[in-house]
Amino acid sequence: MAFPEPRPQAPELPQKLLKTLDCGQGAVRAVRFNVDGNYCLTCGSDKTLKLWNPLRGTLLRTYSGHGYEVLDAASSIDNSSLCSGGGDKTVVLWDVASGQVVRKFRGHAGKVNTVQFNEEATVILSGSIDSSIRCWDCRSRKPEPVQKLEEARDGISSVKVSDHEILAGSVDGRVRRYDLRMGQLFSDYIGSPITCTCFSRDGQCTLVSSLDSTLRLLDKDTGELLGEYTGHKNQQYKLDCCLNERDTHVISCSENGKVFFWDLVEGALVLALPVGSSVVQSLAYHPTEPCLLTAMGGSIQCWREEKEGGAG
Amino acid sequence: MAALDSDSDEDLVSYGKGLEPLEEGERPKKPIPLQDQTVRDEKGRYKRFHGAFSGGFSAGYFNTVGSKEGWTPSTFVSSRQNRADKSVLGPEDFMDEEDLSEFGIAPKAIVTTDDFASKTKDRLQEKARQLAAAAAPIPGAMLLDDLITPAKLSVGFELLRKMGWKEGQGVGPRVKRRPRRQKPDPGVKIYGCALPPRGSEGSEDEDDDYLPDNVTFAPKDVTPVDFTPKDNVHGLAYKGLDPHQALFGTPGEHLNFLGGGSEGASNLLGNVGLSKGRKLGISGQAFGVGALEEEDDDIYATETLSKYDTVLKDEEPGDGLYGWTAPRQYRNQKEPERDLRYIGKILDGFSLASKPLSSKKLYPPPQLPRDYRPVHYFRPVVPATSENSHLLQVLSESSGKAGQDPGTYSRHQLNASKRGQLLGETPIQGSATSVLEFLSQKDRERIKEMKQVSDLKAAQAKARSLAQNAASSRLQSSTPDLGHCSQHPTLGSWSAATRASNFKPFAKDPEKQRRYEEFLAHMKEGQKDALERCLDPSMTEWERGREREEFARAAQLYVSSHVTLSSRFTHAKEEDDSDQVEVPRDQENDINDKQSAVKMKMFGKLTRDTFEWHPDKLLCKRFNVPDPYPGSTLVGLPRVKRDKYSVFNFLTLPEPTSLPTKPVSSEKGQQQHGSDKSRKLSRWDTSKLERKEDSISEFLSLARSKVGPPKQESSPLVNKEEERVPESLSDKTVDKGAASQPEGEGSRPSMDLFKAIFASSSDGKSSSSEEEQDDSENDQEGTEEANFQSSQEVAMVESAVTHTAEPVPCEPAAPFPIQKIQIDEREEFGPRLPPVFCPNTRQKLETPQREKHKKNKEKHKMKKEHRRKREKKKKHKKHKHKSKQKNKKPEKSSSESSDSSDSRSDEEETADLSPRELLRRLKCFPLRKQ
Repeated sequence: MAFPEPRPQAPELPQKLLKTLDCGQGAVRAVRFNVDGNYCLTCGSDKTLKLWNPLRGTLLRTYSGHGYEVLDAASSIDNSSLCSGGGDKTVVLWDVASGQVVRKFRGHAGKVNTVQFNEEATVILSGSIDSSIRCWDCRSRKPEPVQKLEEARDGISSVKVSDHEILAGSVDGRVRRYDLRMGQLFSDYIGSPITCTCFSRDGQCTLVSSLDSTLRLLDKDTGELLGEYTGHKNQQYKLDCCLNERDTHVISCSENGKVFFWDLVEGALVLALPVGSSVVQSLAYHPTEPCLLTAMGGSIQCWREEKEGGAG
Repeated sequence: MAALDSDSDEDLVSYGKGLEPLEEGERPKKPIPLQDQTVRDEKGRYKRFHGAFSGGFSAGYFNTVGSKEGWTPSTFVSSRQNRADKSVLGPEDFMDEEDLSEFGIAPKAIVTTDDFASKTKDRLQEKARQLAAAAAPIPGAMLLDDLITPAKLSVGFELLRKMGWKEGQGVGPRVKRRPRRQKPDPGVKIYGCALPPRGSEGSEDEDDDYLPDNVTFAPKDVTPVDFTPKDNVHGLAYKGLDPHQALFGTPGEHLNFLGGGSEGASNLLGNVGLSKGRKLGISGQAFGVGALEEEDDDIYATETLSKYDTVLKDEEPGDGLYGWTAPRQYRNQKEPERDLRYIGKILDGFSLASKPLSSKKLYPPPQLPRDYRPVHYFRPVVPATSENSHLLQVLSESSGKAGQDPGTYSRHQLNASKRGQLLGETPIQGSATSVLEFLSQKDRERIKEMKQVSDLKAAQAKARSLAQNAASSRLQSSTPDLGHCSQHPTLGSWSAATRASNFKPFAKDPEKQRRYEEFLAHMKEGQKDALERCLDPSMTEWERGREREEFARAAQLYVSSHVTLSSRFTHAKEEDDSDQVEVPRDQENDINDKQSAVKMKMFGKLTRDTFEWHPDKLLCKRFNVPDPYPGSTLVGLPRVKRDKYSVFNFLTLPEPTSLPTKPVSSEKGQQQHGSDKSRKLSRWDTSKLERKEDSISEFLSLARSKVGPPKQESSPLVNKEEERVPESLSDKTVDKGAASQPEGEGSRPSMDLFKAIFASSSDGKSSSSEEEQDDSENDQEGTEEANFQSSQEVAMVESAVTHTAEPVPCEPAAPFPIQKIQIDEREEFGPRLPPVFCPNTRQKLETPQREKHKKNKEKHKMKKEHRRKREKKKKHKKHKHKSKQKNKKPEKSSSESSDSSDSRSDEEETADLSPRELLRRLKCFPLRKQ
């Protein structure tokens, strides 16, 4: 424990375009890996949600039932169900195999920007433009949320969940972390509207991207700034950011059609991956392998590392 | 066609559209020959006409039968099994659907048959009409027709109409009082002389005006239908001779008169009737002129002048044209006139009285005296208690009937409460809400005493006055005293008198009011002849009596109404807190300083707010996390009630923070730290944690005398840490671990945490503070340290704080009370950072790194000092951050620890901290995870 790990090998970055999938569902609002990274979900502006095998490029199922465009989706840990939220203000729980709507949670007053399962997929957390996060219970049949987190003063743009924490970024420029175990709420002021937040894989840091075209790496416990990453462009859109599978790099979408990679520690721009000409709307990083999915326009791209053998 | 021949004359009207001129060489189209004109049914099949009926049963594929082969039953079902429920087939079962359609022989739809249709439309005519309409120049003509045709009416209406009835009019034969003018009297001639004319024309008009109120009239232009059954063998409408009429004139005349025979003619045309009046004989349409008849001019038609109007005037206005809604002039006739006009109904032998009967004399009701009050008052009841038994006696003596057992009172003498008592009801509790309730026990007792005394006095006085009155009443029988004397006892009560004092029943009459008040005052004092005294001596006996009564009643009335009112209302069960609102207890602080902090990239404490947050129980369950606040039912952020209209609700400024006022010495910081902690923990989930805290502080106070060693002993964990630090100062992992571990645990309220905090980083601090608090300096060193610290801090604060109040005096002891206040405030509202804080400090310390200025500061000091001093500096830092840390103790501790680590690291490498430090830290993450 006390000994440092051997210096990690230089991680490969996914910069080889493996596949481009035309999703055929209008603009792809979000692309998400499932838990093990074998499949991905694309949220379309044509009210559908599609399940793909991104490596092979096969469409597995289409889930339709939303009343408006789908803005975010997540899959449960056992891959048995999906949840999605969209412009129709509802959060939908899907059965993966049958493609049926299991439950529809209504209650948000505005479009649902982001949805997440908790670790055991017993609760869906949805963040909405109505500045509330609602915790929907998948186990009971109650139509009301278990709890509403209404501390934010503006729309919720991003929600992430760990085993005992809820991390929420809001347009009011704050990142709020609800620690259930401690029963405390930590609110970090960033200033600029938050577009995306995520935990580092080790759970010690939070990565925050905001509309001032900056990503910040914050110490989770103290809120201190550990790193700042700039160079990309993010001034208008809700763009995604993430860390790579080993927490060595910070990755973010950009409005100029590229995906930016920074070294987490040095903060130096390592790679600006040109994806296309328009905005890279969303991205998802494989949980264990250097594999990146990006969404631009109506299609998604699958990127792998240069080395062919590395692909699992 | 019209167009063709009307080339010259323009005024010809042309209908329709002209045929197109024939082309040359084109032969005019032949009309479709008859045999080619086919009729098809709705399915497009040819329709053939079979015989007389539209349907018929002729088998054929196209017509009635479903298949080419002919008629086959669609489904054959053997009826052997279910003969019982085989239904009898009716003719419909064999009919075609066309037969059942609207125009078939057995239409299914229910239609009004022609007999009952409101307007029997000939179908053919209808068709013709439609055709005509189609060809008509004005396409809408048909529509117009339809509009005009009346809506459907029932047969009854139709019948009535045929009989001449119109809506809003009466039915039946029209009976006129003077029908001669209007109505021909068919077949009846007048015999005998006409009556002398009655009255003038004017009176006639008046007569015409008469209108029975509830009668509608049949229309005038209709001859009533005779409903008398024809029971003879005469021809239709034949009327035989009435022998009476024919032979003797007079009775007939009489009849005539009563039946409304013609008579007006005579009036109008002179005595026509008179000349004929003598004629006797038979006249009738069916007969010729009799032998006795002189004239034979109008044998067949009695053409009398009475049939004609001889005066040009409007229709009789009042005649059947108006019902209830007659114009006012017809309705509002005076009664007597009507009576007069009703002459026709006067019986034989009676005549109209010449002058009206003198009406019954009306006697006006008696004049009420000016101040008569239509209020009945009950004689008050004197309950038979031991206290006033003598009073009762007196009463019974005087009036001869007082002092009855309450049970024997008549119903009207009991009031509600008495009745309730009799019925065994529990008295209403509401009356308990008297003013007395709000008085303290002592006051109440005092009042009670007073009341008893006054009651006693009053009772005595009353008894006496009663006795007097009784005596006097025997003398003067006219005095109305009996009523009021029995009231007095109730008036005597203290509360009654006082309450009644602000009740001014005689405000109109100031003099009287004054007397009344006087009366009350006397009453209060328990004076015996209260009434007698205050009354105006100049008044008559009777007036006095009345006034006495009034006063008594007024006083009593007020009391009783007060009591009844109070018995109806009760206290609100819950506080009405409409002027309070629930607001989250902790508010995120003003973003101004945060913004500046962000600008300077000083994330961390400056930008962080920590709140107590209660997750829902179910949520914890679903997350597999123990409920952090097992006892509380709160969900979300704790809320507090604040004044809705408080100014503070509108201030976005965070409440006074520790920093501005901060000239606090380190001890204060310490103390605050401790209290803060306990505060924090105890506010919502109190008991245990607080106690722990106390124990901790005790522990601290115990330990403070010995600075270094005892602490290390106390917590092995800390010990280890400290050992490690000097060893591996350069080792970032350890450093990091040390820093973050306390942080992680920081917000968890546990004993270990506190130990760790106090033992590792702030032992020196705590000791010093404790010393100062105790005022007993055991440790010379400690005091020295404290002094040193405080002075240092003050300097720091002065430099750092821009807008603070005065810098705190350097002496360690002085700031104590201030500090406490500060703590309280902090607890209430939370700290706030001074915006200018950072730059100043930087200047002072003149450190090149801006990011970790605090570290730099520490560094700076540390260089010269030992660990201890370092610790002191930490305190320093703490001070600065106090504002942020207000709510979160644990945070503070973590910060301290981190600071300490920083300081250590600082020792090693001075200058280029920030980037490298960061890197190191970052790299430590994975390690820490494990």
